[in-house]
Amino acid sequence: MKSQKTAPIDSQSLLDGSRIRKDFPIFTQSIHGKPLVYFDNAATTQKPQAVIDAMLRYYQTQNANVHRGVHYLSEIATSLYEASRVKIQRFLNAREFKEVIFTRGATEGINLVAQSYGRTHLKRGDEVIISGLEHHSNIVPWQILCEQTGAVLREIPVSDQGELLLEEYERLLSKRTKIVAVGHMSNALGTVNPVKRIIQMARRWNARVLVDGAQAVPHLPVDVQDLDCDFYVFSGHKIYGPTGIGALYGKAELLESMPPYQSGGDMISYVTFGKTLYNTLPYKFEAGTPHIEGVIGLGAALDYVLGLGLEKIQAYEKTLLAHGTQALLSFPGIRIIGTAKEKGAILSFVMEGVHPHDIATILDRQGIAIRAGHHCAMPVMERFGLPATARASLAFYNTREEIDALIQGLERVREVFKA
Amino acid sequence: MTDLNELYQEMILEHNKSPRNFQVMPDATKKAEGYNPLCGDRLMLYLKLDNGRIADISFQGSGCAISKASASMMTTMVKGKTKAEAESLIEDFRKMLSREAGSEYDAKRLGKLAVFSGVCEFPARVKCATLAWHTLYSGLENEAKIVSTEEGGQNHA
Repeated sequence: MKSQKTAPIDSQSLLDGSRIRKDFPIFTQSIHGKPLVYFDNAATTQKPQAVIDAMLRYYQTQNANVHRGVHYLSEIATSLYEASRVKIQRFLNAREFKEVIFTRGATEGINLVAQSYGRTHLKRGDEVIISGLEHHSNIVPWQILCEQTGAVLREIPVSDQGELLLEEYERLLSKRTKIVAVGHMSNALGTVNPVKRIIQMARRWNARVLVDGAQAVPHLPVDVQDLDCDFYVFSGHKIYGPTGIGALYGKAELLESMPPYQSGGDMISYVTFGKTLYNTLPYKFEAGTPHIEGVIGLGAALDYVLGLGLEKIQAYEKTLLAHGTQALLSFPGIRIIGTAKEKGAILSFVMEGVHPHDIATILDRQGIAIRAGHHCAMPVMERFGLPATARASLAFYNTREEIDALIQGLERVREVFKA
Repeated sequence: MTDLNELYQEMILEHNKSPRNFQVMPDATKKAEGYNPLCGDRLMLYLKLDNGRIADISFQGSGCAISKASASMMTTMVKGKTKAEAESLIEDFRKMLSREAGSEYDAKRLGKLAVFSGVCEFPARVKCATLAWHTLYSGLENEAKIVSTEEGGQNHA
């Protein structure tokens, strides 16, 4: 981590959510006659005008294919496209720009590593370690890889607070461990995992480590060199950028040694019917015309986030989380699921006598968007013996007043259900 | 907020709180499982069929108020009915919740099930109300598979 400590919390340095939200045009509308309170940020985030403008500008004035034409527009499009790659390189503090591969999102990044690295490096009896906090997208690709190779999937168990049990992890590690794949932050509970420690422990057994940063990058600073992870993936739409775009960071020497994931245009340097020479990094992994406007939008989103400052975002969201946690704790019949010491701004909870789905419907009628369900993390739900939770996932454009509106909304739930 | 009261009608809340026929039936002649992958609702339906008649019916599972109340009221409505009678009730119930034009249904036959008519104003919740009914249909038709409200998979973070 570039800086684990948060910025000092005082009124001068604290972000102002109510001012920031003016950058997001979606908040000018009302939902069911009420101002929109958007608490589903772990599913996807809203987009600032700067991101929308960048994508619009591209289509209105810069549209061309990249890496091909010698004409003016193609050069502009290519330089914008590659500038975004450098932004991501800096954002993650990768050593080289070629270590940044554009993907459709975190899910595709994990699949790429599982299929390209995993299939060429794993054999029967090898082991892949994931954790009990993973999103399905960091479970299923490894299950498939294990089926294909005969490797075995192991899970790091989870404590009652929603923290990974590192002593159990220590016991799982062995010379059979080839890959460790863990989420940086849990989408279901908000737990921020000690990934640096997890990586150091894996190093002793020469295991490769992939970190799923889909939930972490919008909320905390990430430094892949400091973490010393082998792979890091994230999705653009969870960090205020467009859907359908994300990035995979991989150490250059690993990416060099891996075969292409998909094949087609852009990933080749020379083709005859007898033989194809693959392009160099990062293009070897970017087959076909890419999601150019997505890449440009993602670059604009990172500019926006860095403009606010991740330390400041982290500090502000911490105050929101503390306020929300306090309010839910004093609400009769509500139990917070996930009480890890290190937590991002996610409030997962259940209410006695009321199913999360009903909570979500009643809140929606008050303009409050939350998520109810298993959050695509069914093993997490099973661990806590719950079919579902209600989840309010916060962002820097949320405010204390909105959390108060959530609490009022929950009062209404209680009224309806006489709970 | 009147629309919320229309969704969460007194009778629905009451059945949610004290669901009828809410138990395992060890001597069931048929079992059918329903699943809504969107919210994780799961329902096991137990049937005792006797000469084409539903002699007994019960259910177990976890779900939201709408799905639980719907299952509970369904069991009270179809108990004692023939397979054909139950299936036309299923058809009526489906039609009541569908917004398609021309889906006429027999309101009289549905009787107190009319409390669910407000659900079609909440499209995301229609599947909650119909889960038990789809499951009953599969139980009666003896389709030996889990009934899912989704044809394909669901994947939202």
